[in-house]
Amino acid sequence: MSATSIQLDPQGRLLHFLTVEGLTRRHLTDILDTAESLRGVAERRVKKLPTLHGKTVVNLFFEASTRTRTTFELAAKRLSADVLNLNIATSSAVKGESLLDTLRNIEAMQCDMFVVRHEQSGAAEFMARHVKPHIAVLNAGDGRHAHPTQAMLDVFTIRRHKPDFPHLRVAIVGDILHSRVARSLIHALNILGAGEIRVVAPRTLLPTQVETLGARVFHDPGQGLRDVDVVVMLRLQKERMERALLPSEQEFFQRYGLTEERLALARPDVIVMHPGPINRGVEIDSRVADGPRSVILEQVTNGIAVRMAIMSITLGNHARPAGGTV
Amino acid sequence: MRDAEPLIETMAGQLRGLLAARGIAEPMLVGIHTGGVWIAERLRQRLGIAAPLGQLDISFYRDDFSRIGVSRQVRPSELPFDIDGRHLVLVDDVLNTGRTVRAALNELFDYGRPASVLLAVLVDRGGRQLPIEADVIGARLKLMADQEVQLTGPEPLQLVIQQTTP
Repeated sequence: MSATSIQLDPQGRLLHFLTVEGLTRRHLTDILDTAESLRGVAERRVKKLPTLHGKTVVNLFFEASTRTRTTFELAAKRLSADVLNLNIATSSAVKGESLLDTLRNIEAMQCDMFVVRHEQSGAAEFMARHVKPHIAVLNAGDGRHAHPTQAMLDVFTIRRHKPDFPHLRVAIVGDILHSRVARSLIHALNILGAGEIRVVAPRTLLPTQVETLGARVFHDPGQGLRDVDVVVMLRLQKERMERALLPSEQEFFQRYGLTEERLALARPDVIVMHPGPINRGVEIDSRVADGPRSVILEQVTNGIAVRMAIMSITLGNHARPAGGTV
Repeated sequence: MRDAEPLIETMAGQLRGLLAARGIAEPMLVGIHTGGVWIAERLRQRLGIAAPLGQLDISFYRDDFSRIGVSRQVRPSELPFDIDGRHLVLVDDVLNTGRTVRAALNELFDYGRPASVLLAVLVDRGGRQLPIEADVIGARLKLMADQEVQLTGPEPLQLVIQQTTP
């Protein structure tokens, strides 16, 4: 069984959220519509819903992350769940405890959901295969493989600004090779029927056979950004430079960095996105990041509602006995 | 099949009298999705209430989440006014167990502290499992346990009584 099939029950309902690959348009629009109805919660006096009252969510982070962990934590708390944050990178992994032992130990604390980030591709899927049946597993980023909740908050943000997906042109720019964000986003956009998906990157930062993902390849941003509705800039990891995949930050900025001049090639109502944290002056110029076309902070806000939706849908489907009636 | 408009006329009459007796000049109507919103909009027009309509989707407040999960047709709740100190009229189509109203009241209080809440329903079919009663009732229906009453709409609004599939 693949990650795609292990995350669904026999009726095709989401039990875990490991990857967007293989899901149907209906799965994705259910998540987006639910997130839409959860967005208003943040504006109320009581920013909390009772839905997951009495449930315990464990954030299992084997790889450092502030933003993703924080938004998962807020999402769980706004659904009234109790939240436990475990940064394993600094604890048991160092002591040599295996992933399975860690899992069994936390399971023994009577938890209902694991949110997993790991530097190994497939770690969340491994968890989903081994957890007790009442536990839901959400992938918060595994290696280069997938970051499905980021992809969902990205398409949610795009849909709010540009609902006409069949005519949508999206350019994803930067380090596609190492990016789980790009991979998940390309899958999500294809499932939702986006008109054209472009990847814009130097050859050294593109995976082999990138076209099979369903994206057009451009090496020159002068062509790749022309007439697009959405530009998604990816974070350039400094360690890539050290491994000599790139000449220097300055040269990358000169060739690929998003400046006002380059943005002018896109459609006048283009939106600029970035999964964060941004490297100012490396992949994006401050004037663009802070400018009127940027929706980068909106992505952060939307991430909470989208994660609330995914949490309530997956845990709700666990509650429902398979084949049971409403 | 039964036309719901005469029942809404009955509700409007009762509500008008009740508001007058309580000295409530500017009530705010809040409909529960989906049928309650349709009825609330008609009551708002009949009573000439200027304030916009509030809409509640109680999906995230249901007490049976752990049995049936999240509904696929969940919609945003919207209260386009501050409810603090205001007199609210909560409107739903069918009152049965009282659990939906319990959930709606909980949700309302996460928006603020209203001065009072009245409950107006199109149909009261008995079957209560909680200590909740309506102030305004379009009709009382005696139904068998395996019967179900549903409001179809938005145009025309009609009540449909069906046998539930066992």
